[in-house]
Amino acid sequence: MGAIQARDLVRTYKTSTGIFRRRGVEVQAVRGVSFEVADGELFGLLGPNGAGKTTTIKMLITLLIPTSGSASVLGYDVVKDAHEVRKRIGYVFGGDRGLYERLSALDNLRYFAELYAVPPAEQKRRIAELLDLVGLAGREKERVEGYSRGMRQRLHIARGLLHDPPVVFLDEPTIGVDPVGARELRRTIAGLTEAGKTVLLTTHYMFEADDLCDRMAVIAKGEIVAEGTPRDLKAIVADRTVIEIETFGVDEDAVERVRQADGVTSVSIEERDQAQVLHVQSPAGTELTQRLLALLGTTRIGRVAVREPTLEDAYVALVGRDA
Amino acid sequence: MRRTARLLGMGWLFHVKMLTRSSFNGVLGIVYPLFFATVAFFMYRAGSPDALFYASLGASVMGVWAATSTAAGAALQRERWHGTLELLVAAPAHFALVLLPVTIAMATIGLYSMVSTLVWGRLLFGIHIHVEHWLLFCLSVPATVVAIGMLGFLLAVSFVRYRTAWALGNLLEYPVWLICGFLVPLTFFPDWVRPISWALAPTWGMQAIRQSAQGGTPIPDLLVCVGLGLLYTTIGVVVVDRFLRAARARAVLSLT
Repeated sequence: MGAIQARDLVRTYKTSTGIFRRRGVEVQAVRGVSFEVADGELFGLLGPNGAGKTTTIKMLITLLIPTSGSASVLGYDVVKDAHEVRKRIGYVFGGDRGLYERLSALDNLRYFAELYAVPPAEQKRRIAELLDLVGLAGREKERVEGYSRGMRQRLHIARGLLHDPPVVFLDEPTIGVDPVGARELRRTIAGLTEAGKTVLLTTHYMFEADDLCDRMAVIAKGEIVAEGTPRDLKAIVADRTVIEIETFGVDEDAVERVRQADGVTSVSIEERDQAQVLHVQSPAGTELTQRLLALLGTTRIGRVAVREPTLEDAYVALVGRDA
Repeated sequence: MRRTARLLGMGWLFHVKMLTRSSFNGVLGIVYPLFFATVAFFMYRAGSPDALFYASLGASVMGVWAATSTAAGAALQRERWHGTLELLVAAPAHFALVLLPVTIAMATIGLYSMVSTLVWGRLLFGIHIHVEHWLLFCLSVPATVVAIGMLGFLLAVSFVRYRTAWALGNLLEYPVWLICGFLVPLTFFPDWVRPISWALAPTWGMQAIRQSAQGGTPIPDLLVCVGLGLLYTTIGVVVVDRFLRAARARAVLSLT
């Protein structure tokens, strides 16, 4: 049995609209998600914003009750044995939230050490170890409100590891962190599996997933559309070629013409400073470059390159197909 | 048992520390009770010195209740906004033991307003503070503060369950001042109001404080106040798991 098991998880949110005539609206955020994470594995859950990653993770960490389906962590059911699950998991989420900003990092860690029943005799040593691990030693007495985003994120990780949990959930831990800070965080995350922990990581940064994950699942519109190792997912687009076209001020109509062109399987746009880079996927061996340039019309064109597909291209192909 | 006491104590200390760190809230906390006190003193100025002292004791407890009722709602909403409410729920500690120190910390902060009101009355209105039974007075004050904190806990449980329940705290601020006899004796109200007043611990705490100051018999009032506080806590502990389960089912623990 895996450390984490999700079986046909479904989660529906009910909201209502209108003031006098209130009308109930149901939104299905997660639609039958199933996966298994082995002991000591670093498993990635990839997907665009609103795909259902955070909802799935919140069901696994007992913050949400599934509408249907079931899940277990280390053999404990996340609904029936919520208390047992909570004792054995650490939860770290990305962004600025989740910390008591007016107080110091040390105050935050001491408080959560109490909530997680870390024995008083061990607290001092454990907190010192974690501050060292996340590179905040020496800054622990400063108020959190003065911390940079990267420092906050590292403090989140220290908080999530206070009780030395065997399973750690990381929900977009590097979001908004500068490249150097993100690289340090990734190093810390990689160290977790080396220490024998099972990690479930959600992210929408493909290079991060490629760098860290043993296996991953891609989730789109609340459903898992692919699962496997990074190599397995890359294989999905192995028979394709990617043409990168750097444009300046490309308009929607031109992009649409490219998207509709024969032989084009998907198009994604990446903003790079003043430029918009089109990543156009097509079956390998198809020569499309001149035709695509013609379709872009008067758009100013910069660099054009043809390259092998990456994990990100596989992700775009998967998510684009279901979006 | 030791573990529970430690969790409650550390939680209380943590939240008191946090509540005292905001300079904006600090200034409001200083100014706000002084307005209550001034209004009460002007209302009772025409009466006897005893009436003024009656008003000053009432105004001092008003501050404790204000700090707990409105602040509890605001604080819980802040926890929700900052994403810490989810972390508190996701912790293995029983949620009642996490929440109770939060509201008792708020009532403790309200204790400041009690002291400041009495000092304000002494300095500006010359109200003589005469306490007959100091020991019982010193017991009645913390007992009332803790009982108000426990009532706040019961309210806070509903704040966790319902996203907009924080407004209930604001709504209850003024009615409780009235029906608990902080400023106006309970005999002024219609009979049907009495049972509501009796069900509220601040009524008995207020009476215990006044009785100990005026030389009456505060012990029965004190016991009822503590008893009601414990009853609120018991009800809160019993319903908190059910409310939390409902909050998890309806996804109201966060605002995102």
